[in-house]
Amino acid sequence: MAQEEAEGNNGPTSPPSPPPPPLPPRRKPSMEGSIQVAPAQSKPTTAVSSIDISTLSFPDGSRGTFSTNTTRAVSSPVGSGYATPSRNGTAASDLADAMSVMSFAPTLRPPGDLASLVAGELNRKSRAWNFLRSQSETVQPFESIELGAPGNLAGFEREFDEIPDDTTDDARLAIWKSKMKHYMILSSAGKPIYSRHGDLSLVNSYMGVVQTIISFYEGAKNPLLGFTAGNARFVIAIEGPLYFVAISKLGESDAQLRSQLEALYMQILSTLTLPTLKNIFVHRPSTDLRKPLEGTESLLSSLADSFTKGSPSTLLGALECLRLRKSQRHSINNIFLKSRSEKLLYGLIVAGGKLVSVIRPRKHSLHPSDLQLIFNMLFESGGIKSGGGESWIPLCLPAFNNRGYLYMYVSFFDGKQELPPTAESAEPAEPAKEPPLPTEDINKVAATTGDSNRAEEEIAIILISPDKESFYDLKEMRDRLAAQLTKTGSLALIRTAARQARPKIQSITPGAEISHFLYKSRANVQFCMSSLEPAFSSPSASPSPSLSQGHKQLATAEKMVARRRLMSVYHELHASMHSKHSHLKVLHAVGEDAASLAWITPVFEFYCVAGPNVSRVAMTQGANRVVQWAKKEEERLFIIGGGVF
Amino acid sequence: MADTGNAVKPSSSVKLVLLGEAAVGKSSLVLRFVNNDFQENKEPTIGAAFLTQKCNLPTRTIKFEIWDTAGQERFASLAPMYYRNAQAALVVYDLTKPTSLIKAKHWVAELQRQASPGIVIALVGNKLDLTNDGIGNGADGDGAGSDDSGDARKISTEEAKTYAEEEGLLFFETSAKTGYNVTEVFTAIANAIPETSLKTTRGPGASHAAGRTEEQRVNLNGPRDPNAKEGCAC
Ligand SMILES: Nc1nc2c(ncn2[C@@H]2O[C@H](COP(=O)(O)OP(=O)(O)OP(=O)(O)O)[C@@H](O)[C@H]2O)c(=O)[nH]1
Ligand SMILES: [Mg+2]
Repeated sequence: MAQEEAEGNNGPTSPPSPPPPPLPPRRKPSMEGSIQVAPAQSKPTTAVSSIDISTLSFPDGSRGTFSTNTTRAVSSPVGSGYATPSRNGTAASDLADAMSVMSFAPTLRPPGDLASLVAGELNRKSRAWNFLRSQSETVQPFESIELGAPGNLAGFEREFDEIPDDTTDDARLAIWKSKMKHYMILSSAGKPIYSRHGDLSLVNSYMGVVQTIISFYEGAKNPLLGFTAGNARFVIAIEGPLYFVAISKLGESDAQLRSQLEALYMQILSTLTLPTLKNIFVHRPSTDLRKPLEGTESLLSSLADSFTKGSPSTLLGALECLRLRKSQRHSINNIFLKSRSEKLLYGLIVAGGKLVSVIRPRKHSLHPSDLQLIFNMLFESGGIKSGGGESWIPLCLPAFNNRGYLYMYVSFFDGKQELPPTAESAEPAEPAKEPPLPTEDINKVAATTGDSNRAEEEIAIILISPDKESFYDLKEMRDRLAAQLTKTGSLALIRTAARQARPKIQSITPGAEISHFLYKSRANVQFCMSSLEPAFSSPSASPSPSLSQGHKQLATAEKMVARRRLMSVYHELHASMHSKHSHLKVLHAVGEDAASLAWITPVFEFYCVAGPNVSRVAMTQGANRVVQWAKKEEERLFIIGGGVF
Repeated sequence: MADTGNAVKPSSSVKLVLLGEAAVGKSSLVLRFVNNDFQENKEPTIGAAFLTQKCNLPTRTIKFEIWDTAGQERFASLAPMYYRNAQAALVVYDLTKPTSLIKAKHWVAELQRQASPGIVIALVGNKLDLTNDGIGNGADGDGAGSDDSGDARKISTEEAKTYAEEEGLLFFETSAKTGYNVTEVFTAIANAIPETSLKTTRGPGASHAAGRTEEQRVNLNGPRDPNAKEGCAC
C-alpha cells in the first residue's frame, strides 16, 4: 500500500532515504565537446502548453519536493527553462553572451579533475577585457549592488513586511502588488484558502480571476501550467480539489516553483491527511478549508518565506547535517539505539536545523520532504519552540504515508544558560501583527540560514511513533537518551559542533577565490555549504554595538538582498543544469555582478559563486579543492546509513 | 531547619489539563505560571504541550504535570487522552469573546461526563486586562459608561460566576498578560485536590508509575500499525 510504495521508492539504505541517483542523461559521442545552450530566457510570454501534462500531474503517495532528482528533473517540461526575466537590469542578451557553457562527460571518471577539463584556453575574452579584470581582482560578488538601486531585487528588503491595515485600499493594493513573490491556495470552487500576502478580503477578487482562468483551461481538458505577465511568472499546480499558484518576479524556473507549491501541498496533507482532504470536498465542494487548516497559516508562511529567501535545502532536494567526527556520530547513534523504546518508529536528533543522528527500522526510511515539514515546524516557526516543555504532535508525513497520522514527541534541550534572555521571544514565525521590526528580520534570516548562534544551539530530540498513546514511553526514552548523551559528553560535543556553524571557505581552501559553495552528495541526498557570513548573512549573535540602529537595519537589509542574489544565482545554475534538454556537466557563467560555476557528476552536484572578475581557472581550482575536501570529509559531513534497528 | 522541613514535606504530582477555545490564552496562562513570562503574539499550540511546575503549599508540595492542549477544532478528538487521568482541569474562556464561554461550557459538560469523577475543575475567564476593571491598566471599574470607554468585556463576572457555582467549579478572572490571579488559580486547585486522591511520593518515580499504568491500559487499543487512521480527524 502507500507504505510499501514509499519504501519501494526510497530504498532502505540510508536515513534521508536516497532515491537511487538518476543516471545522467546518456550522451552521444558526437556531442562531446562544448555545447552552447540556448539562452534560457528566450521564452514566449505566455506559455500555455499541453506538453508533458502527464508528467506534471502529481504522482501518488511517493511524491515530495525532494523527488526532484528522480522524476521532476528529468521530466520537467521545456518551460522549466524559464529563468531570469530580468537580472539586475542586464539585458537578457548580455547575459547570454556572458555565459559560456560547456559540457563534458565525466560520467565514469572519478570527480576531482575539473581543472583539467576546463584548463584549455576557452576564455574568448579580449586582452583588454582581461586587463580590465586584473585591475579589479578583488570585487566580491554583488558588491556593486546598491540598496534601492533599480534592479530586479529593488524593494526585496521589504518583501516580508506586513501590509498595513491603516491605509487606503489602493495603497494596500499597491504594496501587495510590489511583493516579488506570492503564493495562493484556493479550492477548485474558487474559495480562497491561503495567500501569503494581504488578507483575503484584499486578494479575494484576484483569487476569483485566478480561479476563472484555471477552470477555463481545466474545462477545456487542457490544464494551464503557467504563464507570464510582465515580469511575473505564474505557475499553477492542481491537486485534486485544490489550486496552487505561485507568482514570482525572482526568476525561478517553473520546475523550481512547482516544487515549492508541492511543498505547500505536503504541508496541507500533513495537517489533514489525503483521505480527510478528499472527504471534505466530496461531501461539500464549497467547503471553506480555512477552518480545518486554522492555525497552520504560519507553517505555510514560514515554508513560503524560506523559498522566497532561497532555501538551498529545497533547491537541492537535500538535507544538511551537523558536521561531526565519524566516531562521535557512531557513538551517538549507538546511545540512541540503546535507549530506544518499543514504540519508536523514527528517532532524530537535530541541532539548529541540521541533522545529528537518525535511527529507524530497517524497512522504513525517512523521506527528505517529510523531514522538511518537521524542520519547518520546529525551527522556522515559533509555536513549538517558544512553548517550552515537551510537545506531542499528531502529524501526517505524506511521503511516508499520506493516509494517516503519526505522533511526534519533541523536546528541546534547555540551552538557557547559553542563550540571551530574549531568545525565546525573538523568533516569531509569522510577521507580527504590528509592523515588524527590522530586528525580527535579522532573526528570521538567521533562522533560515542557520548561521545564527542562537538558532545553532537549539538541539531537539524528535521521537515519532504510530501510537498516539505512547507519549510517556517516548518521554522516558528521551530522558534515558538525554542522560546518556550528557554522561558520555556527546551532548557537549553536539553543542560545540553546532556552535561552530558552517565552515568558511578560507578554512577549507585557504586562498581560494570563490565566495560561496553548495555541495550535494547525491547518494546521501544531503548537502553542505560554506558559511554565509559575513557577506550574505549578518552574524546576529553579536551585532556590533558601535553601529547605530539605522546602520544595523541597513546592513541587515543589504545582507538579505545579497543572500537572495546568491540564491538566485544558484537557482539559475540549477535550472540550467536540470532543464530537460541540457545535458550539462559543467557550466561556467559570468554576469555583471558575479561569476558562477556548476559541476555535476553521478556522485555530487557542486555550485559555487565568486566575484565577477575571478577567472575561470581560479574558480575551477577552488571548486576542485572544495570537492576534494568534501570527499575526504564525507563521513563527517554526511550521515551515511544512520542507526538501523 | 528549613531544609529538613522541606525534605519532610510530602510531595505529590497532580495531572492537570487545560481546555478551551483557540486563542483564549491557555498557553499564555501556563507560560505565566511556569516561566512568569508573556508573549504578545503567541503561536497557536499544535497538538499539546507538556510542562511541569511545583506549587508550594504550607503542608505539602504539589508538582503539576500540565497538559496544555490545542484549542483548534481539529485537535478536539485527542482531548480525552489528556483529561482521562487528570485530577484537575482548567477550562479557559476569553472574557471578551462570548463564543468562548459557550465552548467552555461544552468542555465542562464533557469533563463531568467522561473524566474521573473526582476531577477538580476551575473555570477561568482570561484577558481581564482588556476590561476596565482589570488590574494592571489602572482603571478602577466604576461601572456606568465603561462600555463606551473601550471596555472589551463581553461576559460579565456575574454570569460566569453564577454558572460556575451551579456546576460546582472554582472560578477566577485572570490576566496572563499582567499575571493577575494566575498563581492564585493554580494554588486554589492545589488546595482543592482532596488529600485522599494524592499519591504521595518522594522520588521521581511517581509520574513514571502513572505513565506505566496508562501505557498498559492503552496497549489494548493502541495499535502499532502506522497505517492506522485515527485521532485528529476533522
Ligand atoms: N491582552 C491579553 N492577551 C492575552 C492574554 N492571554 C493571552 N493573550 C493573547 O491571546 C493570544 C492567544 O494566546 P494563547 O496563549 O496562544 O492562546 P491558546 O488558548 O493557547 O490558543 P491555542 O493554543 O490555539 O488553543 C496571544 O496573542 C496572546 O498574546 C491576556 O491575559 N491578555
Ligand atoms: Mg496554546
